[in-house]
Amino acid sequence: MTRDTAGGIPAQHDLGIRFNDFAVKIANVNGTGSASANTLLVRAIFRMGIPVSGTNLFPSNIQGLPTWYEIRVNKTGYTARAIDYDVMVTMNAQTYAADISEVRKDGYVLYDSTWPLAPELVRADVHFLGVPLTKLSVDNFKESRERILMKNICCTGALVAFLAIDLQIVSNLLDETFQRNTQQREFNQLALRLGYEYARKHFDCPLPFRLETMDATRDKILIDGNTATALGCLYAGATVAAWYPITPSTSVMDNFTALCQAYRREPQPEPGPDGTVQYRNNFLILQAEDELAAIGMVLGANWIGARAFTSTSGPGISLMSELLGLAYYTEIPAVVIDVQRTGPSTGMPTRTQQGDILACAYASHGDTKHLLLFPANPAECFEFAVKAFDLAEHFQTPVIMLSDLDIGMNDWVVPALTWDDSFVPDRGRVLGAADLDAITRFYRYADADGEFVTPRTLPGVDSRGAYLARGSGHDHHGAYTEVPDQYQEVVDRLALKHAAAAEHMPAPIVERRDGATIGVVSVGSCDLAVREAVALLGDAGIAVDFIRIRGFPFASNVREFLDDHDVCFVVEQNRDAQLRSLLVIETGVAQHKLRSVLVYGGFPLSAKQVVEGITGQLEN
Amino acid sequence: MASISKPLVPLLHLQQNELGLTIRDYEGAMSTLCAGCGHDSITAAIVRSVFELAIPPHMIAKLSGIGCSSKTPAYFVRGAHGLNSAHGRMVTIATGANAANRELQYIGISGDGDSLSIGLGHLAHAIRRNVRMLYVIENNGVYGLTKGQISASADIDSKSKRGEPNMLAPIDPVLMGLSLGATFVARGFSGDKERLVPILKAGLSHRGFALIDVISPCVQFNDHEGSTKSYQFTRQHEVWATDFVPPHDEILANVPDDGAISVTMHSGSVMRFRSVPEGYDPTDRLSVASYLEERHAKGEIVTGLLYTNEDVPDVHELNMTPDEPLVSILYDKLCPGSDELAKLQERYR
Repeated sequence: MTRDTAGGIPAQHDLGIRFNDFAVKIANVNGTGSASANTLLVRAIFRMGIPVSGTNLFPSNIQGLPTWYEIRVNKTGYTARAIDYDVMVTMNAQTYAADISEVRKDGYVLYDSTWPLAPELVRADVHFLGVPLTKLSVDNFKESRERILMKNICCTGALVAFLAIDLQIVSNLLDETFQRNTQQREFNQLALRLGYEYARKHFDCPLPFRLETMDATRDKILIDGNTATALGCLYAGATVAAWYPITPSTSVMDNFTALCQAYRREPQPEPGPDGTVQYRNNFLILQAEDELAAIGMVLGANWIGARAFTSTSGPGISLMSELLGLAYYTEIPAVVIDVQRTGPSTGMPTRTQQGDILACAYASHGDTKHLLLFPANPAECFEFAVKAFDLAEHFQTPVIMLSDLDIGMNDWVVPALTWDDSFVPDRGRVLGAADLDAITRFYRYADADGEFVTPRTLPGVDSRGAYLARGSGHDHHGAYTEVPDQYQEVVDRLALKHAAAAEHMPAPIVERRDGATIGVVSVGSCDLAVREAVALLGDAGIAVDFIRIRGFPFASNVREFLDDHDVCFVVEQNRDAQLRSLLVIETGVAQHKLRSVLVYGGFPLSAKQVVEGITGQLEN
Repeated sequence: MASISKPLVPLLHLQQNELGLTIRDYEGAMSTLCAGCGHDSITAAIVRSVFELAIPPHMIAKLSGIGCSSKTPAYFVRGAHGLNSAHGRMVTIATGANAANRELQYIGISGDGDSLSIGLGHLAHAIRRNVRMLYVIENNGVYGLTKGQISASADIDSKSKRGEPNMLAPIDPVLMGLSLGATFVARGFSGDKERLVPILKAGLSHRGFALIDVISPCVQFNDHEGSTKSYQFTRQHEVWATDFVPPHDEILANVPDDGAISVTMHSGSVMRFRSVPEGYDPTDRLSVASYLEERHAKGEIVTGLLYTNEDVPDVHELNMTPDEPLVSILYDKLCPGSDELAKLQERYR
């Protein structure tokens, strides 16, 4: 049996017509408006009911450098990054040669035929589709900025014709986008039709692989992880947020700000001096001077009892580490969203990686361990963001949600988000005045429950609950100590509390197949590629079981899964096999049972890389 | 050990404040600082100030960083929550705490190492944000806990205990505060509690960020000849810019026209200051700065309430948050609910 796929095993029947299964890569120059044209294509395909993904491979630059956008269409839902392209759209002369070389045999190159293609670029084994995009744009638009922008929309029009995208849907999307700007709307509609009609007139449209309306996205949305994370923080009831701008997490706070402005502004009964309605903001977002300050603000607000969070990326985690240790030791809740990018140091800010796993698990000096959440897609970003606040307050400790650039900044098709209106946030063990009436005397780190959590009190409530929280050595009363037994009693309880959180973390996703002796362990954004790889391996007669880790500390069935298999392949996107190390350290599984498949060049994972990574080691 | 409890001998005739509390109710644990440490006098002045202002202890939040100064929140207002945090980061935590509950009276205690070296950036930005809090720098020009290194506030040519002269220009928190747009800048001396208490009270009543630099000699490492932060040097070189007129004067019907300047604080109380040099105006930033520079060039230390501006909104006013603390808003009001979630997702289809 073969499987139609652009990502894993090469497609088998190039002569027949393939529906809803192909990959397109668009090469462009950043800062030319290509992003909106790209999004237009993906949204249109989504509205046709077809599973699709759009992956932006962009530079850390504002204008003028090469940028790529990959669209993967797959009727089965395997929309991880493809690395075999059926169509290459070459809009950037700087990268012509490299881009053309990446198209699969018998594939297509769409190029701007305003100028002739240099003979050395021509490949005999691919088809060239010349559309005079610049000429069409120059002939129809006057201003130079318009000409640049409309060239991209002309190209979209041509792709609509080549791939059988529903023209009406694209046209409707343009109307929605430019609802309030008549001139832009007309320009875009004209450009779309110029490209579309040129392609229809000069080529046999559509191509042998094309789209066909499906019904696979009815209950789905097309959303990026950072937007979903911001929604989660809003629904969790966060009122204070502090941050320092950093790619790729900036849009978490941009979205949170916009959402707060929409849902947390409360009109006041009295109009202002000028007679207009006055609002009060039931939120406060602080743009800090650095990440040291951002996490400090989050601690301060949580100490008071508000739900507060910060969003950052790897360099921010490095800076926040000191105060994460303070929060851990003084038992102050905190939520940190880490949208991981490629490290070390500045690394590649616009490229993805899962390189912060160990830094987050043990952030700060001394014996520290934190609670980690690993969402795999935007739907889990929403769910886990809410969960993060509950866990942080329940266990009075920092919770770090490790998203990444691929999840955070790319559009994913996920089930529509839902909310249970009966949800009650878990605020943890907090004593109010009435609770203090019932006890003789309050001590901050005494009276641990079965999960080793001790009750806290909040400032501003009652003098009888007052205590001095300190990052220095303290005993179970909260008093300063340098006595070994008193110090150890507290840190030993913290270790037990961390362990007790394991069964509160989102359970791992486990899928087993008959006769499998091999396990595959995956985390975060590896999910789609790994699932596809598991299916491809199954087709090739290699049965593998699958587990996806979703939280740390690890639930007990993680160790069980590892024990159940002769060998497990841990697939992750970093050089040093950080998840594998964490599994070895924290579950005690024998090192030799865990092998690694590591892809860490900065682009999202593809199934082909996973299949090759596993089969390559099985052969040896 | 930072928390030796104090023996509480009941004294029947202690004065009570408006809340019926005595000064004892505002004390904390026994200090473990060196005998004669300036910081202990500041602690006593803080106790006196919050007692006189009759602030309910549970409405006070005490924060500090790391250093000798940062130990002191244990020694005042035992009925208040406190957080002894990390070196230099105190004001970031106070900023977040203030964001969550604007009703509490935040008292941040810091030192010259904490504020002028490791935490200088945070201090600058807290000043810019105008976070409503009292920020006290217990300034002794030296690192005490690590045994005598020169700090960033030490004057050029002042000598360490081992006799090494400081070669680097000092950072003066008062001048720095003025240049950053601070809305309340004062300097006091731990050796003069009578004049320190009114300054602290004015700072506690301020609308925004009240920065108070208090020269606080370190008896172990910086109280020798050649130091410009010693008791002797400070006493000999202190110059008063403003003097405080006790508040009960202003409620008398016939307040004598003694040239005192009235400043109405955000809390509604009126603070009256008498300029010691004629014409000194604590509301005129430019003239204050040039006066300070002039005196500093002569080796003099100017103390008093040096500058105040009650017209600048604090971080909450700027962000138009409600009067009630964010922490007390009920969850039902914060969560938009399932219908809104369904509705807002239309844009992602």
